[in-house]
Amino acid sequence: MAEVLIPASPSEAVSLYGDGAGTTVIAGGTVVMPEITYGRLTPGRVLLLSNAGLDGVTIDGTTITLGATTRIDTLAALGDQVAALATCADNIADGEIRGQATVGGNLCVSQGPEAPRGDLQGVLLALDATVRSAGADGERTEAIEEFLSHRAGRLVLDVSFERPSASAFSALDYPHTHEYTVLAVTGVRAADGTIRLAATGLAGTASRLHAAEALASDPTAAGAAAVGDCSFADDALASAWYREQTLPVLVRRVLNQLEESA
Amino acid sequence: MNLTVNGVDTTIESGPLTSLLDVLREELGITSAKAGCEQGGCGACTVLVNGASRRSCLTPVASIDGAAVTTVEGLGSPEHMSPVQQAFTHHYAAQCGFCTSGMMMAAQAYIEGGGSDDHEAIQEALGGHVCRCTGYVKIIDAVAAVARGESFDLSVTAAGTAMTNIGGMA
Ligand SMILES: Cc1cc2nc3c(=O)[nH]c(=O)nc-3n(C[C@H](O)[C@H](O)[C@H](O)COP(=O)(O)OP(=O)(O)OC[C@H]3O[C@@H](n4cnc5c(N)ncnc54)[C@H](O)[C@@H]3O)c2cc1C
Ligand code: FES
Ligand code: FES
Repeated sequence: MAEVLIPASPSEAVSLYGDGAGTTVIAGGTVVMPEITYGRLTPGRVLLLSNAGLDGVTIDGTTITLGATTRIDTLAALGDQVAALATCADNIADGEIRGQATVGGNLCVSQGPEAPRGDLQGVLLALDATVRSAGADGERTEAIEEFLSHRAGRLVLDVSFERPSASAFSALDYPHTHEYTVLAVTGVRAADGTIRLAATGLAGTASRLHAAEALASDPTAAGAAAVGDCSFADDALASAWYREQTLPVLVRRVLNQLEESA
Repeated sequence: MNLTVNGVDTTIESGPLTSLLDVLREELGITSAKAGCEQGGCGACTVLVNGASRRSCLTPVASIDGAAVTTVEGLGSPEHMSPVQQAFTHHYAAQCGFCTSGMMMAAQAYIEGGGSDDHEAIQEALGGHVCRCTGYVKIIDAVAAVARGESFDLSVTAAGTAMTNIGGMA
């Protein structure tokens, strides 16, 4: 039977996590629990974050910080600060799952074979968020792009970003009980006017659309360029071909929305 | 571990990662919460945890140690049904019944949260719940009726003489 550790503070969570070797983290459990139920995962050592005090949204001037176990439904309240984050959050699963699933779980979850999982990753990439995590070499704060490229062995503590001057989110949904997100694009205009774009629903983790960003003043050209930044998932929700056709449309929509909010 | 289940303080013997669903059904013999998909996708296992509707299949019991859990058994008894139970009965909002407990718990949370009779808002609140039988119309009608504070004469419904009410009231 698994050894289950239930830290009562962030520092206790960090010390019990250690280097993370052989440890399964459970936050909301919306992804991990079915893995256990269906016997695909038999954890030896479990760190249950339900009581670790890692939740909560902090707004300090223009910096917004989301604790790792912040529930996805609480992001709706950030609509007037970061429209894209609230819209994306509202598009995830249903109200009951959103009340249980966490931001940290969304950031750390691996890609599922046919169901969407890491929708927030795209928004946080476009926000150029920084991730604070703990692990073998202690605490580390790094750009989310880097974090996503080497997530293993890290316990996420929180995610921070600067409030953008505007943001927009557009998704292709697959009709299902939970309107699965097939492909989504987030656009952000930073306080200094820089435009950043990111997509989810690709093969692997979410990705910045650097080539499209460089052409942001021309939404049609940016849409066409975005295709070159991506390798597309090909799964039960949509073929890679369909995603490739749709991406330019979403990029255009998001850039037009940003333009309108100027 | 301890839970207050339908108002009764209960010591839990199951392992810490046991799902709340299995604790209810296997350890405590409370079978209203249904094991449907057991992966969060159907809503049949929904119960209230400290008043919030929650998928018991996704909830390791240790993560809610000390919480108050409410199932359909805690809403009311056959003799004294709660408004939600009465409305589901009156509106024939159940056929096979497999989704019904989950639907009623979500409805209860929606009503306790001050939900209105707006059909779109009700659809949103019940959005994670799948029903293979009813087509949802009668379920939504039932929840809207509770939101409006309607009361029901179930002696009439139960006797079958209120068949004209089907689909006709809301
Ligand atoms: C019916 C249903 C519909 C869904 N629909 C969507 C959807 O539309 N979009 C979407 O994006 N997701 C969806 N999901 C997937 C899931 O709910 C989300 O990805 C959620 O944010 C995961 O968070 P969690 O806290 O529940 O994760 P958990 O299940 O607790 O953990 C997920 C993974 O992250 C790791 N982890 C969790 N927290 C940390 C941490 N702080 N540090 C390090 N590792 C950590 C765990 O070890 C595990 O590998 C859906 C799930 C269900 C059941
Ligand atoms: S059994 Fe829990 S959601 Fe289906
Ligand atoms: S009544 Fe049969 S599933 Fe809803």
